[in-house]
Amino acid sequence: MAETDLKTKGRIFDIQRYSIHDGTGIRTIVFLKGCVLRCKWCCNPESQKYDIETLMVQGKPKIIGRDVTVEEVMETVEKDRNYYRRSGGGLTLSGGESLCQPLFAKALLKEAKERGINTAMESMGCASYEVIEEILEYLDTYLMDIKHTNPQKHKEFTGKSNELMLENARKIAASGKTKLVIRVPVIPTFNDTLEEIADIARFADKLPGVEKIHLLPYHRLGQDKYEGLGRDYPMKDILPPENEHMLMLKKVVENVSDLICQIGG
Amino acid sequence: MRYNSTKVPKTERITKLIEDLYAKMPEIESARARLLTESFRQTEGKPLIMRKALSFAHILKNIPIIIRENELIVGSSTIAPRGCQTFPEFSYDWLEAEFETVATREADPFYIADKTKAELKEANAYWKGRTTSELATEYMAPETKVAMEHNIFTPGNYFYNGVGHVTVQYEKVLAIGYEGIMKEAGAELLKCKPGDGDYATRKTFLEAVIISCQAVIDYAKRYADLAEKEAAGCMDPVRKLELLQIAENCRNVPEKGATSFYEACQSFWFVQQLLQMESSGHSISPGRFDQYMYPYYKKDLENGTLTREFAQELIDCIWVKLNDLNKCRDADSAKGFAGYSLFQNLIVGGQDEAGRDVTNDLSFMCIDASAHVFLPMPSLSIRVWNGTPHELMIRAAELTRTGIGLPAYYNDEVIIPSLMSMGLSLEDARTYNIIGCVEPQKAGKTNGWHDAAFFNMCRPLELVFSSGVDEGVQIGPKTKAVEEMTSFEEFFDAYKEQMEYFIELLVNADNAIDQAHADRSPLPYLASMVDDCIARGKTCEQGGCVYNFTGPQGFGIANVADSLYAVKTLVFEEKKVSMAELKKALMFNYGKEVNNVVMSQIAGNLAAEMIKAGQMPTPEMLAKASQALISEAVTAEDRKRFDEILTMIEEIPKFGNDIEEVDSFAREVAYTYTKPMLKYKNPRGGQYQAGLYPVSANVPLGAQTGATPDGRLAGVPVADGVSPSAGKDVNGPTAAANSVSMLDHGIASNGTLFNQKFHPSALSGAAGLDNFVNLIRAYFDRKGSHVQFNVVSRETLLDAQAHPENYKHLVVRVAGYSALFTTLSKSLQDDIIRRTEQGF
Repeated sequence: MAETDLKTKGRIFDIQRYSIHDGTGIRTIVFLKGCVLRCKWCCNPESQKYDIETLMVQGKPKIIGRDVTVEEVMETVEKDRNYYRRSGGGLTLSGGESLCQPLFAKALLKEAKERGINTAMESMGCASYEVIEEILEYLDTYLMDIKHTNPQKHKEFTGKSNELMLENARKIAASGKTKLVIRVPVIPTFNDTLEEIADIARFADKLPGVEKIHLLPYHRLGQDKYEGLGRDYPMKDILPPENEHMLMLKKVVENVSDLICQIGG
Repeated sequence: MRYNSTKVPKTERITKLIEDLYAKMPEIESARARLLTESFRQTEGKPLIMRKALSFAHILKNIPIIIRENELIVGSSTIAPRGCQTFPEFSYDWLEAEFETVATREADPFYIADKTKAELKEANAYWKGRTTSELATEYMAPETKVAMEHNIFTPGNYFYNGVGHVTVQYEKVLAIGYEGIMKEAGAELLKCKPGDGDYATRKTFLEAVIISCQAVIDYAKRYADLAEKEAAGCMDPVRKLELLQIAENCRNVPEKGATSFYEACQSFWFVQQLLQMESSGHSISPGRFDQYMYPYYKKDLENGTLTREFAQELIDCIWVKLNDLNKCRDADSAKGFAGYSLFQNLIVGGQDEAGRDVTNDLSFMCIDASAHVFLPMPSLSIRVWNGTPHELMIRAAELTRTGIGLPAYYNDEVIIPSLMSMGLSLEDARTYNIIGCVEPQKAGKTNGWHDAAFFNMCRPLELVFSSGVDEGVQIGPKTKAVEEMTSFEEFFDAYKEQMEYFIELLVNADNAIDQAHADRSPLPYLASMVDDCIARGKTCEQGGCVYNFTGPQGFGIANVADSLYAVKTLVFEEKKVSMAELKKALMFNYGKEVNNVVMSQIAGNLAAEMIKAGQMPTPEMLAKASQALISEAVTAEDRKRFDEILTMIEEIPKFGNDIEEVDSFAREVAYTYTKPMLKYKNPRGGQYQAGLYPVSANVPLGAQTGATPDGRLAGVPVADGVSPSAGKDVNGPTAAANSVSMLDHGIASNGTLFNQKFHPSALSGAAGLDNFVNLIRAYFDRKGSHVQFNVVSRETLLDAQAHPENYKHLVVRVAGYSALFTTLSKSLQDDIIRRTEQGF
């Protein structure tokens, strides 16, 4: 690893150890700051802007976002190496959208890979494919969000249409360079009908090499953070989906596709 | 496959047994105390050990017996379910003082009838001046008593009760019965020559052993008679057959070796029950039950006389019986051991003498039994090493997931070498089991005195700030005034000096109690099942065992480590706070509540000054003067400064967050307790060894501890075991585990205790269990010694919703998101509560 890569800087807003819901085994998640979408249900609203922000937590100001080097991040990532080795875990990049900081994301994944640490990235693939392609060889698992197959509805709820992302999903799958897993946040009023989930499952089923799909039930745990940022939470009155409904959606996925479907990450 | 791990369902009988057991509040009975005293009054003048044996026999011959409805394994120490007998030979004052409150106290209440009170009073009167506790007090150095009055440590456990904390040779009773053991003792008797120097003691001891074993055989026959009598009058043909089988079992065992798994279960039970009739010592630990019971199970299964279903039911019955035994402790101890616990530790898995894995069918069935009965006893443990089958770990993790807090996980790779460092042979170390909470030892050879005292490591730290003065009295070394100290080393040295002084006094207290037990309470029945008592002609208390230890435990490491680190950083390195300021902040509890702890220091100091000036202060005068002093001494400016200091302390890194500098510091702090301990020996010729665990004493003893420089306020619980201070570990379970593994667990050979809390979603599904098991494995790779888990239940969360003040530090992690539960809005809390049920 070249010295310059270790010194590559990026902006993150959190590192969370012992994460067991995003990729295999026990993992450390590095949350990169900045996102291209503005999903109405986003549970990490402080991740959206690239700018460093102030979040009020229980009446006290907390600075969100700091600039760090790959070397500094790896120091924390290394601390749980025993746990990765025992559990098949490793490093996961999340956000925000990691692809908004492509050089930093690539340098981190490359460094981890070279040190023998398993890598994963949670991303919706909202970048030009050239940028993604650069990263793929250092990525063991791509946890790709597909939120909807309908471009209009996607735009209405996230601020952007979905053609680019769906196209990237096809290309990533076709490359065969990484294990692609499809994840669907199940959001009442947006995509929680049987037809909408079935459409996503059919799309995912056609992607070569894709075996697994995760249905992630909407939760409201980010709600307080909207207040802390002085922003309005547009989904205030939406309740999480019922357990029975999630089980029904799982059944639908299994009926319309050959995918292995799991509720939760 | 080496084992069959298929689950067997729980039977209706088990549900009924449990319902009956918990139908009423536990009750204190007087039969044992009465019979004991009756016998002692008749044997005045005989050798003490003979009197002990004769009283044991008198009790077993006359104590009322009962076969409870639906029981398959019989033997109850009280007529009332979960009742307890009393043991005035150790102490009784506390119980008489609590006669009127014991039924209504918060921790572990017991019903006591007026008639029982009168009978106990009559019996207790005999014991005045004859108890172990009175003799121990006589033996103690005056400064030791002062240190105890000032709550630096408490050896209350063995001071007021029997010792217990032992695992006997169950396998020997199962194999040759008491008939065989009596033969051994008889053979030794023949070797006693009239000219031997120890003829008198040896011969009397061996005779006492024989009388005790015969008493147990006769007791079993009383049960055989009762079962036959009940069978004769039983209209239910199924139950009638059961009773006849019980009668047959009790005729054969424990007199003779067990010939079936069922007999082995009954024989085991009499041993377990009656050890707790001879003495009130708790932590009588069954140990490696899955190992010594296995040959009987295997043989019966192979010859077709036993089904796995019936074997499971018998094990479940034993699990219920383990909860039928009970013990009433004094109110303070009850808080320290809350939950009526007898700490009967039973361990599965691990290795044999040759280092091979020993997992068998019963290892799984024991875990399943705990899931079936869902009761606190036995304290189920599992030994983990690199060769432990993943499947056994997963089964254990499933039990953990239920929220029962069992099993506790132990690391062979740390414990075996640690025991060898204390002189155990490789074979003995490899076959260790756990006593009580977390204390490892070799069964059938050890008198480990494992739970010898609680030592509050925060109290000597307080004394550094007062140069050894507590409540106006010079109780510790007069170390240099903190304001005059110029380096952190000076401060740390003063702490070490205080620690070493009080550790010596702790040793003095324990040795006094140890000697009192040898002098006044030798136990011949126990001695019949621990090597090398019969060969040496001595009881365990008198030094008859192969291995002898004393293991007092220290706690509050996290508080002391965080405190010393704060002093080092803020006072000496960054110089942001002066020592005088910090001292004042601590004395006045950082300007927060003036509670009892704060008040007693201030009043104590004032009283000392007044007495010096020739005045005799009354409590009213003192209270008034103290109030005046507080309102005068603490200005609004002071309060502001105290808050600033608290904020600065808050920002300093804390133990439990995987920060190497802080964690290495904690390691050094733990050594201030563990290392000096190794210098000392007990009256049995054994070595002291430190433990680092508090049972639940960190709460009541924290209530006696003033404010500490880690920002902990006066009276608040101190940290639990080797765990980080509550709410101070903010980087998740791997970081906390890494920090804890930085301590030297090997030197704390009496055991360490690490608690982790989880939300059930962390263990959901097969992947969740896998990750959980791998978390344990990785912690153990880093040489952690013990870990146990509280999985937060739905009930806990509901309680937290209702009483948020009790759950300020409750972190829930859901879907990779963690939050302080009580800071969430009601509706979000409801979401999380729902998730505990969904499991995702």
